[in-house]
Amino acid sequence: MKKRLSLAVASALALALVIPGSALAQGDGLEALKTELDMTWVMLATVLVLFMQAGFLLLEIGFSRQKNVGAGVAKILINLGVLSVAWWAIGQGINGPGNSIFGTDGFFFHIGQELGSGDEATTVGGVDMGFMVFGLVFAAVSLAIVWGTTLERIKFGAYAIFALAFGAIIYPLMAHAVWSGDGLLDDIGGKEVLDFAGSSVVHLTGATAGLAALLLLGARRGKYGPDGKPRAIPGHSMPLVGLGVVILWVGWYGFNAGSTFSTTDVAFAEVALNTQLAASAGVIGALLVVWLKTKALDVGMAGNGAIAGLVGITAPCGYVEQWAAPIIGLIAGVLVVYSVLLIEKYLDDPVGALSAHGVAGIWGTLAVGLFGTERLVGDTASPGLWYGIFGDADFGATLGQLGVQAIGVVATFVVVLALSLLVFWVIKMTIGLRVSEEEELAGLDISSHGMYGYPEAFIPPEEYPAIAVEPHVAGTPVARGATAAGAGVSAMTANPPGKAPGQA
Amino acid sequence: MKKIEAFIRHEAFEPIRTELLEKGFPSLSIVEVKGSGRQRGIVETYRGSSLTVNVRPKLKVEVVVEDKDKSVVIETILKHARTGDVGDGKIFVLPVEEAIRIRTGEEGEAVLQAHTDAEIPA
Repeated sequence: MKKRLSLAVASALALALVIPGSALAQGDGLEALKTELDMTWVMLATVLVLFMQAGFLLLEIGFSRQKNVGAGVAKILINLGVLSVAWWAIGQGINGPGNSIFGTDGFFFHIGQELGSGDEATTVGGVDMGFMVFGLVFAAVSLAIVWGTTLERIKFGAYAIFALAFGAIIYPLMAHAVWSGDGLLDDIGGKEVLDFAGSSVVHLTGATAGLAALLLLGARRGKYGPDGKPRAIPGHSMPLVGLGVVILWVGWYGFNAGSTFSTTDVAFAEVALNTQLAASAGVIGALLVVWLKTKALDVGMAGNGAIAGLVGITAPCGYVEQWAAPIIGLIAGVLVVYSVLLIEKYLDDPVGALSAHGVAGIWGTLAVGLFGTERLVGDTASPGLWYGIFGDADFGATLGQLGVQAIGVVATFVVVLALSLLVFWVIKMTIGLRVSEEEELAGLDISSHGMYGYPEAFIPPEEYPAIAVEPHVAGTPVARGATAAGAGVSAMTANPPGKAPGQA
Repeated sequence: MKKIEAFIRHEAFEPIRTELLEKGFPSLSIVEVKGSGRQRGIVETYRGSSLTVNVRPKLKVEVVVEDKDKSVVIETILKHARTGDVGDGKIFVLPVEEAIRIRTGEEGEAVLQAHTDAEIPA
């Protein structure tokens, strides 16, 4: 690893020497180049995380019925639209420097803006801009998770309104609490809640908001039979679900490995391997358990297993050794199956978001307190319980870290649930949260958007104007059009259908 | 005139069609149908819940022939559609009152099946 690094530095230096007007002749030149290299990685990771929106889109659409696929597309786009503007105008400020509850600087984020005060005052430059955009796409992922529980029955207006509240206030509060350095969860009795890339901040937050929406929304029509037992409402496309899962998996390289913010020692590669191992173990765990329990190798559940493994490793990915990663992923994959089967009995969560993001998010956050290694956790935290029992770490301190992780989970759940319930309740009392029964039966595509996502599945071929006319016109030589000029009806009688012109 | 309606497995259709054509019965219609009988439905398991689909897809073949040709068609269908397992389907025979060829307005048994080569436009 060291040899490769020095090679990178050498080649970077060589590149710098041929760039005219470069400031690299000075002593701090290499440092500037290092920062630029780091931020290039952060921006690449940003794009990968943004691409996860495509993953959520395909996964949720695949789990929906054909009558609701267009609504899924419109949802992703309006969410991204509202959230991005909300994050820029307000969210980044709430997330930024300020007091222990919320940030107070960085609203309407722009180059040259003054942030903070006194000795810590800074001026916004390119680096801050990079972190801001990185934070924005994280918020977008968290918001995308919310809606998995609400598919096929929620009013479109709820997306836009909640996206505003979530992007401006709810998510930034959680990000500030854990990641800002001066938030409430950054110092609990001298220890900080360790959440490398957001098992708790991003995934548990999104899933908890999704739970709030689901509690006020209720199940889809027909989900529970007269006997109260859940019935399968199969989604229309497993290939789309699979594509969504794989795109999310790819995006997670940006999500986790990008959260290193750095190219130093190529530490991000270690994070990437942890991520890969956990996702893979998640698939294995989920498929094994669902097969043992139901005797079916459920395709959707294999996807949930991969996502659960990824969510589970999101908090620990930068804090654990490689041997722990597949264990964390495997347990996440096992948990997600039991969780889906249990939640299914009471709550209609069409994609399993509560399980794959919520339960696995809780597990991932706690897993740092179990497997965090001294090599990586830093001075403001203690290694995991494993090292307290089997290693030479202080048992009390490791147990304390696990407790701090649990506090992080509980605090996230309680705060996000309360705020989200409030916002969804206001939406329900004003514009309403759920579409009418008729609209739900007809599907959101035609009732909310005036069009079908798959028109040919719903409009009979006879009703397509072009096709209704074609049998009489198609294959007709120009000459026939000439004889029928100005009189379409006579053209038809002159040449009865089924008999091509020219035949005697 | 008789109309023969046969509910068959999809895979049985092509051999039936081929043999009926050889025997001089090219005119027939098919409809995709779903139905239930003694064959049980398909149980789908999905994310821990199950869903029983009680009707299965079958193919309905309709052939109208002169009374004397009825048994030839039925024999052909039985020959290819029977596997011996539950779900092979059923055949119904219905009386037909009239038959009219739309193109020419001809009526009667003459319109039912194959034309001589001279009658078929190239």
